[in-house]
Amino acid sequence: MDSLPVINHTDPSTLSKADFTSDQDVRWCPGCGDYSILAQVQRTLPELNIPRENYVFVSGIGCSSRFPYYMNTYGMHSIHGRAPAIATGIKAARPDLSVWVITGDGDSLSIGGNHFIHVMRRNVDLQLMLFNNRIYGITKGQYSPTSEQGKITKSTPMGSIDHPINPVAIALAANATFVARTIDVEAKHLQSMIKRAAEHRGTSFIEVYQNCNIFNDGAFAPLSEKASKADHLLYLEHGKPMRFGKNNEKGIAMIGGCQPAVVDVQSHGEENLLVHDEQSEFIALMLSRFVRSEFPTLIGVIHAVERPTYDSMMAEQLKQAQQKGKDTIQALLDRGDSWEVT
Amino acid sequence: MTTEQLENVVIRFTGDSGDGMQLTGTEFTKTSAIAGNDLATFPDFPAEIRAPAGTLAGVSGFQIHFSSNAVFTPGDAVDVLVAMNPAALKSNLADLKEDGVLILNSEGFNKRNLERVNYDKDPRQDSSLSKYRVFDVDITGMTLKAIEELKLNQRSAVRCKNFFALGLVYWMFNRDPKHTIEWVEKKFAKQETIKNANIYALKAGYAFGETSEVFTHNYIVKKADIPKGRYRNISGNEALALGMMAAAELSGLELFLGSYPITPASDVLHYLSRQKKFGVKTFQAEDEIAAISAAIGASFCGSLAATTTSGPGLVLKGEALGLANMLELPLLVIDIQRGGPSTGLPTKTEQADLMLALHGRNGESPLPIVAAKGPGDCFYAAIEAARIAVTHMTPVILLSDGYIANGAEPWPIPSMQDIPKIDVQFRTEVEGFQPYLRDPKTLARPWAIPGVPGLEHRVGGLEKQDVTGTVSYDPQNHEHMIKTRAAKVAAVADSLPPTEVDGDLEGDLLIVGWGSSHGAIEAALPALRSNNKKVGHIGLRYLNPLPKDLKEICGRYQNVLVPELNMGQLSKHLQTELGLKVAEYHKVQGKPFRVIEIIEAAKRVLEAN
Ligand SMILES: Cc1ncc(C[n+]2csc(CCOP(=O)(O)OP(=O)(O)O)c2C)c(N)n1
Ligand code: SF4
Repeated sequence: MDSLPVINHTDPSTLSKADFTSDQDVRWCPGCGDYSILAQVQRTLPELNIPRENYVFVSGIGCSSRFPYYMNTYGMHSIHGRAPAIATGIKAARPDLSVWVITGDGDSLSIGGNHFIHVMRRNVDLQLMLFNNRIYGITKGQYSPTSEQGKITKSTPMGSIDHPINPVAIALAANATFVARTIDVEAKHLQSMIKRAAEHRGTSFIEVYQNCNIFNDGAFAPLSEKASKADHLLYLEHGKPMRFGKNNEKGIAMIGGCQPAVVDVQSHGEENLLVHDEQSEFIALMLSRFVRSEFPTLIGVIHAVERPTYDSMMAEQLKQAQQKGKDTIQALLDRGDSWEVT
Repeated sequence: MTTEQLENVVIRFTGDSGDGMQLTGTEFTKTSAIAGNDLATFPDFPAEIRAPAGTLAGVSGFQIHFSSNAVFTPGDAVDVLVAMNPAALKSNLADLKEDGVLILNSEGFNKRNLERVNYDKDPRQDSSLSKYRVFDVDITGMTLKAIEELKLNQRSAVRCKNFFALGLVYWMFNRDPKHTIEWVEKKFAKQETIKNANIYALKAGYAFGETSEVFTHNYIVKKADIPKGRYRNISGNEALALGMMAAAELSGLELFLGSYPITPASDVLHYLSRQKKFGVKTFQAEDEIAAISAAIGASFCGSLAATTTSGPGLVLKGEALGLANMLELPLLVIDIQRGGPSTGLPTKTEQADLMLALHGRNGESPLPIVAAKGPGDCFYAAIEAARIAVTHMTPVILLSDGYIANGAEPWPIPSMQDIPKIDVQFRTEVEGFQPYLRDPKTLARPWAIPGVPGLEHRVGGLEKQDVTGTVSYDPQNHEHMIKTRAAKVAAVADSLPPTEVDGDLEGDLLIVGWGSSHGAIEAALPALRSNNKKVGHIGLRYLNPLPKDLKEICGRYQNVLVPELNMGQLSKHLQTELGLKVAEYHKVQGKPFRVIEIIEAAKRVLEAN
């Protein structure tokens, strides 16, 4: 790479939210959950100690995918569903960059489902934030792969007959090494997830529940409204028993040896509650099935394990191959069965 | 025994796909090249990996044309046909010349094999082969005998029969088997028995020719008068891979290939995957869309990014190609055409993706297109495509085809020092930076890659304001941008070298070809010119934009003939772009042109006027 410019990086310790705000007007509908997510990202990046010029935000197509335009970093607003593949190329070419994929539920789970799976099983070192509003926003309100069965939309006037996709379960099935969930309105929690994801080496998947107040308003209302929130949200924390409720009175325990269930902490005993272990694949798989109404919605880091990243392994193979010394193209051309015509 | 001198010979080795005919052909090719012949080859293998043994679907062939003169094609008609079984005979006999040599493997002509291909009677026993010089040789039996002492199992022993056949043909053409022996020794260095078995079989075949008195003739094909220098054999796909690597070195860029396996393009991925030593990064993606997308990502980051595919894959890449066009990033998109539509004839050749390359995207999205003319030329075509891509900041489509990809030819080894460097300037200057501020000459925008402080910017597929790159829906701006992107592609023509014309520079007929038909047209030229007719030939390298001098050159001839392995795609392109009226000649049979076909098509045009 003799042509690459020599770069003197700027000092990342002086960065603030304003440094990450581009000069573009943000054009989401007033009240859209995307605003909060943008703000939390812009707030968190200055804490990561990465020079601004090393960030690349890549997105597909959708309301959420306009995100890169609003970030004062390098960015690419690409084509529908393909951002993970583009990001893979970016990271493979330049493992030193901090790469972020911004995508929607339609973008990454319908058209881009294939790339979504493959980026995770490869464990490319990037952050993938899925803004899940359970609707197609930008195309004006058709049901999405995460919409609930029976959902009435313009394209499903009698209700959707598709069974919804479970993004966390798919990510785990694809062997994602970091899987977390959070909500647009939980600013602090969202920030902490962004930070954890950024610190993780490998594909960090964050599902962000995002309200589309135009086409699917209130999809996550029980989780975001003060009155109901505590009874519906469980904050997962590594090493901590799974508890929730207004007075932390409810918990998750295994009943009959193998069935998770919501229990009353007092009568069941705190010591008998399930303790979260981010590294346990089995706990993660079980938690990914907490989608029925009897369970609280889990937010936090569901799974986090270390596995070599695709880009580092690619770089390592190149290094190994080059250990035996440099070769020239001329030598390669000359090699093989050749003969002299005199 | 007499030794006859020949100028031109075409041999075709045919057998079941498990019979090792490709290897036999390759070895014969190498030995002939070393002996100083000019040559061209045409491997032809079935689409099925292992079709049932002995069936027509499983026939594999390798044709080589070698000569003491210049060779441009693998040859129209076959002088020597080696057929290991009835299926091979049945599907290839039509191409054997009258009085041609036909070597049959007797053991292959058993009842079962004959029935499989619906021979009611053994063709060796009726008069159907009387036009040919038939040699019914117990190849399998003699092979087994020759390697008896090695005590190989029956299956492995039978597999050595291709080396017996090769040995016999080596004798027939006075070829020294030593290069093949050396190759076997290297290849099977760790498998003593297999190594010896192959060598014994080869020598036995040679000795059989020499001693059996079955053959009354053998032949000599003298060295060709080829320009001095160092040569090697090269296939189109190998040359493409080397060309991309050379382009990376010439530009100082890192090569990144995103690809998804597809016949006949996969070999380029295979070849480049082995070149990590040179810093080449290859990515086998989950599909073609991911392959080109990853390449776009790598290009955004300053790599020389490429994606290789064949027709159906290019279709899938269309949307991302549109994105690359909007982003104005350099990208090499290589389409090794095969027979279509749809899955079509995956292992056969065609030149029918030109319209796809020109127009296969939504919206107004012109792109430069270059075409390779032959195996060795792929090397230069790849460098040229890369040069255009990085100079003008645009994706470039390079068209090759199955015939070029798998065909091989002796190739003068280039010297990297003689090839001009490719000038790449990454933008680092912050002052005055605008993502879509253009170079006035090339209309290229700056290549500003992530990691450079002060140049942070966003690109995307939405229409953008010129210069600033800000998203814009302004109708006037959109039209301006459409025209600007088109002008950028048109500007490529400014730096193209003058178009080369072979043969007569004016006169009765100009044959304009592209891609792999180059060889057949070149070979047809002498026959056409010897008739008091003035005939020229252009093998077009640049299909879009067309060279500026093309129209004027075409005007110097009474007629222009465009032969193509499609239904007239270049003809239509020339008609729309240059207003040229051309005579068309089409062939879509999954096969390359035969020289005679070009000659006849040209004569029809000449005689009609
Ligand atoms: C190839 C292609 N097909 C369809 C579309 C239209 N399209 C754009 S975004 C989208 C769905 C967006 O939904 P989601 O990803 O959930 O994003 P949101 O707008 O809700 O943020 C569709 C169908 C397109 N742009 N490209
Ligand atoms: S349509 Fe929905 S998702 Fe899109 S910007 Fe408006 S509120 Fe947000």
